[in-house]
Amino acid sequence: MGRKILLEHINVPGIKTYDIYRKMGGYASVEKALKSMTPDEVVEEVKTSGLRGRGGAGFPTGMKWSFIDKKSGKPRHLVCNADESEPGTFKDRFLMEYIPHLLIEGMITSSYALGCNLSYIYIRGEYMWVFRILENAIKEAYAAGWLGKNIMGTGWDLDLHVHCGAGAYICGEETALIESLEGKRGNPRIKPPFPAVSGLWANPTVVNNVESIAAVPWIVNNTGAEYAKIGIGRSTGTKLISASGHCKNPGVYEIELGLGVDEFMNSDEYLGGMMDDRPLKALVPGGSSVPILPANLIFKTAEGNDRLMSYESLSDGGFATGSMLGSGGFIVYNDTTCVVRNTWNFSRFYHHESCGQCSPCREGTGWLEKVLHRIETGHGREEDIELLWDIQRKIEGNTICPLGDAAAWPVAAAIRHFRDEFEYHVRFPEKIKNRDHFVAEPFEKVKHLVAKQEV
Amino acid sequence: MKVTIDGQSIEVEPGTTILQAARMIGGESVPPAMCYYSKLKGSGGKCRCCLVEVSKGSEADPRPMPKLMASCVTGVMDGMEVKSISSERVLDARKSVTEFLLINHPLDCPVCDQAGECDLQNLSFKHGAAKTRFIEEKRTFEPENIGPYIQLHMNRCILCYRCVMTADQLTDGRVHGVMNRGDHAQISTYISKAIDNEFSGNMIDVCPVGALTDKTFRFKQRVWFNKPYNAHRDCDKCCGKTTLWMFGDEIQRVTARKDVYHEVEEFICNECRFEHKDPADWVIEGPRKFEKDSVINQNNYTRELKPVKIETEKNILLGRDIDRKKISMKDVPLDAEEMKELKEGNV
Amino acid sequence: MEVSHIHQDINITPELQARIDELLSHYPDDKKKSALLPVLHEVQDAHNNWLSVALQDKVAELLEIQPVEVYEVVTFYTMYNQKPIGKFMFEFCRTSCCAVRGAEDLMEYTCNKLGVKVGEVTADGLFQVVGVECLGACGYAPMLQLGDYYYEKLDQAKMDQLIEDCRAGKIDLHKMTITQ
Repeated sequence: MGRKILLEHINVPGIKTYDIYRKMGGYASVEKALKSMTPDEVVEEVKTSGLRGRGGAGFPTGMKWSFIDKKSGKPRHLVCNADESEPGTFKDRFLMEYIPHLLIEGMITSSYALGCNLSYIYIRGEYMWVFRILENAIKEAYAAGWLGKNIMGTGWDLDLHVHCGAGAYICGEETALIESLEGKRGNPRIKPPFPAVSGLWANPTVVNNVESIAAVPWIVNNTGAEYAKIGIGRSTGTKLISASGHCKNPGVYEIELGLGVDEFMNSDEYLGGMMDDRPLKALVPGGSSVPILPANLIFKTAEGNDRLMSYESLSDGGFATGSMLGSGGFIVYNDTTCVVRNTWNFSRFYHHESCGQCSPCREGTGWLEKVLHRIETGHGREEDIELLWDIQRKIEGNTICPLGDAAAWPVAAAIRHFRDEFEYHVRFPEKIKNRDHFVAEPFEKVKHLVAKQEV
Repeated sequence: MKVTIDGQSIEVEPGTTILQAARMIGGESVPPAMCYYSKLKGSGGKCRCCLVEVSKGSEADPRPMPKLMASCVTGVMDGMEVKSISSERVLDARKSVTEFLLINHPLDCPVCDQAGECDLQNLSFKHGAAKTRFIEEKRTFEPENIGPYIQLHMNRCILCYRCVMTADQLTDGRVHGVMNRGDHAQISTYISKAIDNEFSGNMIDVCPVGALTDKTFRFKQRVWFNKPYNAHRDCDKCCGKTTLWMFGDEIQRVTARKDVYHEVEEFICNECRFEHKDPADWVIEGPRKFEKDSVINQNNYTRELKPVKIETEKNILLGRDIDRKKISMKDVPLDAEEMKELKEGNV
Repeated sequence: MEVSHIHQDINITPELQARIDELLSHYPDDKKKSALLPVLHEVQDAHNNWLSVALQDKVAELLEIQPVEVYEVVTFYTMYNQKPIGKFMFEFCRTSCCAVRGAEDLMEYTCNKLGVKVGEVTADGLFQVVGVECLGACGYAPMLQLGDYYYEKLDQAKMDQLIEDCRAGKIDLHKMTITQ
């Protein structure tokens, strides 16, 4: 059994409520930090832990904290990013729904470390019932004296509120999230200035993912050095993985980083192998924006090493033969999946979610979707594959925020690893008329039709 | 601070952006800018036309920046080295952005009042491809009436946000904004309200394309057939310094005076713009020159021109004698020589 | 812009006003605009789940901002409805993870059962089927959102039951009435 840090008490009945959570040792990190540590010492512990941002980018949390502008004397804010919207990712919701006080405890301890007196949790609007769970939990925390004025008699005040979005993936980007929290459209800001200098209401602001914040109590209670012992190399600690798609047991799992992909995929403790025992065709290991991996690159890297669930191992080989841990959205595809259709599906998502502010993303995501839709519905041309490649190349790196890259990468990876499937769609339009064309006749069976001919 | 752009160095104040530094140097290295507008706070960064390569970050940190940077919103650092037209990557990115801006653009220049003074035309001329690769149906928007002064053609808009910032920064109580999102984002009042305030007309001048044009000038004239004159009048609302776009003795349009980057020198009020079309209202300073490449110059408006009497109607009805002969109508018989040519000539 | 001109009765009840005041108290006094998104949710919930222009203007007045600032936000976010919707709007997630687990089939089934196309409202105004992008329930596909809640791991039988429950008045969009 892997070690559980975040979900240690998840099966305790009533852990949702303040009383049970407290009884199980909850809020100990607040007591410890406020009574025996300076804010800087808390920051140091988080730095030592090696905790990396769990939202997708994997930037070291402690380092992010140390960038916050303390000199200006302006009020500082901590904002928790609970706008979980990356397709394949539903871990934060699980955490907030079933153990809301863990996040609130983490927010208090982290706000103390950063010297904030007003902090927010920004949750996506669709999670409205979780919004209410959090509102309720915050009320409980106020009533118990963990929030409000003069917490534990230390003279430190903290107000914490939950704020809801209203349907926009882009608000997961930290500056768009801040705009949205200010009651505006979720248009990402031009950086610099970074939020650490000018964020919410132009005050220094740190934005952290739910899971990152939720790891802070354990780190404070058990020291950063202990946390750093878990995991492998620079991938320290545990990570929540949301598994979906054609695996036997989809759901949220806490793993120690460094677990083998094979073990995660096939052991009964985790995913239990493939649904209906059909063959594995492809894997998106870190949410829709990371490159898709073909079957031969899932359990082993291109060099033949075991592929592990860690930031480094999943990206081993770069984009040519690797992918990314991303947000931990582990999407499994079996042989009935059409990669072209799936890529079109992702493109439709990014087209729908582009904020429309900068030209490459606004125009490019729509173009990608339209071309992919044509190919998928049997109206593709041979030159469309090159066109797709070129469009994605022209979006990548040229946009204000990472949504452009996120829209480009899945298309690039699909063409890189599954070009023959695109060619099949172009050359045999009558065979792909129905959307479930690979259910009865998986691509493996017809692959020979587009195989390179030797003369 | 010293910054080097395409090998040309210049000393600038801290806080200067790469684009501003490039404009100080001038010439071919100046990146194109479709959304940045020096007179509007917070503008820039959106169109991505002005991307440049920072090949050396600064003297202190000489590492190159991995991504191309939007020069209009990137501040210079001491010792920074920038590649604008000397970088293949930059030229490729500009081509890409131009293509993206054009795929859904209606390409209706022949009926667009902005044609001839359009930044998108200029950009396409320099960085565009002759052929389109976009075979899908273009995105279109329903027409929206935003009042008697400004014509909104949303299909042409590139979402630079300049007009929104103009309304925000020049007027109280902005009534239009960007609605919807993604490639359906559009400039709109949402409720088809007339945009009506003292300075709303400036939205026309800041628009880089033909999305916002002067309704009182609509379809009146191709801009290159107008003669632009600098003029001024005493105005209690604005500087009163304008450019009059004349056709004969008629003032067909009034705009603010624009600099070489097509930015207005000073904003003007709606009274100057829309309500003084009588030459007697203005002190005319003289013809206004444009940059060398401008199509407006093609009309040689700065030269002394003799009045030309065009009797189009008469000529169309009657036709020229020479033409009538060619058509060889019955009642205009051919003379002997013409008959010979008709029979033996190499027709 | 297509804007609905259907009349909507505006009623800021004392309960709603109290809730708005509570939300406003979460932000500094000079940052009322920050409360816009949560306030719009509450106001929409209390007004048959849609926001007419007049109602948006009312929100602008409550938050002391320009109406256009509200319009810009309402049109940006997908959860604000700018025209009346079916009483029970089934919002099916159709992004990859749900799509590969039969979301499209279930949507078709539901549409056929209700006799509508995607996006349409049934003649009695009760039901509407729409496709939306990822709702963050990828491991529990296929699923839909109805009001404030998710209905997950659906199949045809569960769909039939849900429609039945809606018709029988057992579903409250904003207050959980059945256990999931």
